[in-house]
Amino acid sequence: MPSAGVDPATLDPASAGWLGCLDDAAADREPCLARLHELLTRVARREIGRRAHQIAVSGPELDDLAVQSAGDAMLAVLAKLDQFRGESRFTTWAYKFVMFEVSAKVGRHQWQHLPPARADVDWEVLPDRMGLGPEDHAVQSDLVREISRAVEADLTDYQRRVFVSVLLEGVPLEAVAVGLGVSRNTVYKALFDARRKVRAALVAHGQLAEPAGRTA
Amino acid sequence: MSDWTRVEHFLHTDPADVGCDEAMAVLEVYAELTHSDPQAARVRFPGVAVHLSQCGPCAEDLAGLLRALVADEADEN
Repeated sequence: MPSAGVDPATLDPASAGWLGCLDDAAADREPCLARLHELLTRVARREIGRRAHQIAVSGPELDDLAVQSAGDAMLAVLAKLDQFRGESRFTTWAYKFVMFEVSAKVGRHQWQHLPPARADVDWEVLPDRMGLGPEDHAVQSDLVREISRAVEADLTDYQRRVFVSVLLEGVPLEAVAVGLGVSRNTVYKALFDARRKVRAALVAHGQLAEPAGRTA
Repeated sequence: MSDWTRVEHFLHTDPADVGCDEAMAVLEVYAELTHSDPQAARVRFPGVAVHLSQCGPCAEDLAGLLRALVADEADEN
């Protein structure tokens, strides 16, 4: 197990205490591990409870997700102990892994419970997804036509898949990442590039203004 | 918000956005700073602040972390 990568003398007393008792050679390592696990489980239960509405799960199944998240966060903390730089309290750093694990569990649950995907793309939902009002149908039709053209012609297959899933079908980004077997960052980057390309196409066709301070 | 503003918002990207990996790497530091002084967090990590304003999942992680810090504070008092 990696040792902490920071000098305990530079840390706040509580963080130094955690690093001391998590050391492989510490006499009180076992109770320390139990205390950390208890702490992470408490945080995971609160966090899963906060996000329960995102997955429509309750009772023992919800608690199972919390316990799994805490266990996986515990493993991550212990495996990455040498990466703790002491820029925050140790517990805040450890809680971060709880958040990541809860996000991953929620995303996996959402992905597993998605309705079957449509074979075609339903562009009719686009005005609603963009939050447009019903006022100007002609302008909206032009806009939908131009965005769909840009998505089909200017995006890579991967960018198109992410754009349609997240922005048209409303699939949570984390669930898309689970479904594609990639990281959140990979999906976010694809979505970022897709948005940029579609916007550029609208600018090129005179439907949006060039962003201020930028030139073509 | 006008329709065109909504379209702009829908397709908005900010070149200063650092992405998920970089934001996640410093999320605990950003959370503690935000907990005590949100403006200081935005000044120290402007690209992370931009990212957190754009990325729902990372903003959700930050919200959870902030809630844990508030709960810790309540437990200590």
